[in-house]
Amino acid sequence: MAPVSVSPEEARRRKIVGVNAETVTHVSSTDFPGHYPGEDHAWSLEKFAKDFTVQFHQNSPYESTFSLFPLDASIANAFRRILIAEIPTLAIEYVFIHNNTSIIQDEVLAARLGLVPLTGRLEGLNWMQFYKRPVSDEHDASGGGETERDTAADNNTVVLKLQKECSWAPGQPKEGETDPNVLYINSNVYAKDIEFIPTGRQFKEFPSPDGLIRPVNPDILLAKMRPGQTIDLEMHCVKGIGADHAKFSPVATASYRLLPTIDILKPIVGQEARKFARCFPKGVIGLEQEGEEGEVRAVVRDTMRDTVSRECLRHEEFKDKVKLGRVRDHFIFGVESTGQFESDLLFLESVKILKMKCVRLKRSLANVTR
Amino acid sequence: MSREAYAPPTLQPQGSNYGAASAELAGPTTQYLCGSCNSKVQLKKGDPIRCKDCGHRVLYKERTKRMVQFEAR
Repeated sequence: MAPVSVSPEEARRRKIVGVNAETVTHVSSTDFPGHYPGEDHAWSLEKFAKDFTVQFHQNSPYESTFSLFPLDASIANAFRRILIAEIPTLAIEYVFIHNNTSIIQDEVLAARLGLVPLTGRLEGLNWMQFYKRPVSDEHDASGGGETERDTAADNNTVVLKLQKECSWAPGQPKEGETDPNVLYINSNVYAKDIEFIPTGRQFKEFPSPDGLIRPVNPDILLAKMRPGQTIDLEMHCVKGIGADHAKFSPVATASYRLLPTIDILKPIVGQEARKFARCFPKGVIGLEQEGEEGEVRAVVRDTMRDTVSRECLRHEEFKDKVKLGRVRDHFIFGVESTGQFESDLLFLESVKILKMKCVRLKRSLANVTR
Repeated sequence: MSREAYAPPTLQPQGSNYGAASAELAGPTTQYLCGSCNSKVQLKKGDPIRCKDCGHRVLYKERTKRMVQFEAR
């Protein structure tokens, strides 16, 4: 049977999710074999490779937005979930407190330190291996002697130190002075006070000054102290993934939305057009002059900037003049990095991990069928 | 009588020689902090429990220097 060709209008209609005032329609995709009689919707690599597009809208080091289309929601969601939970990063895992006489409790300070995003030379971070953590005692007892654990070494653990002591500022303070920055020295402990102690190959992998393991944001307030109080602790950083703990997640947010569509069915002119434009964020709807001294007419300029607030559907006069929707297979990703890696690199990393998972699945399948 | 049974203290009442410092008892000194003026007070065994600066009678022990390990999560 010869494949039935589909008109472009029909093809577009099929991949629009309808957005009404109260409801959302046509949510599921229909481009799979057997849904439309006589049409060939079998997935093919050539077709995907020919059509698939990656388009960057913004690409600053720690924040990027880009479009992927056409793509199935399952793949887009896989990328998002991998970005959040499965890209390995370095974070503080063990805190050895020698002395802490500040008012922040040991365990609270430790939890706080764990969440500080770290960065260092990229090649060095990639060189780092996972640290196999010791099994807990219950497992150990039944296991019978043989314990799977690594010793901390230069290729799996980074040692950081934090030593601070608060004291009175020299000299007599002014009468009635209350500013702690004037009265005391080291009354605030910041992330920049964390000191990197390299060992072994780390001298080469994390060279001074740009490659050093350091907090991304130097001004994170870790603790407050008063004269006589001290904090003296050592930290061990290991690699981990976001599924284990949120501190290992390389992204602040990784999310996607579908490209909005606005279809003006009947012309909206004059004062109504201006009101219509005000229903959307700036730049979404433009006004065009009709003829020399004709009335202005509303035209769709940039749907990418629309938030799909559906405000226009609340007004009686626009009800049957406009149709809102979203393109089901156009994903606009927003990836915001916490600073260990650049955000476009994080996306590439997520592709790499998905690929690795597919290879693993294929190998397992081969084992099953053998 | 078993060893675990309660034995009343057999010490003589100390009220009379309490303030007298027994300097001849040379033992390890322990660091304390005054509860009133926060100054460091070094006390040996038998010393009067009293701050040397302000005379406050409440002293606090310093935090142990022993390392404590925490998981940062």
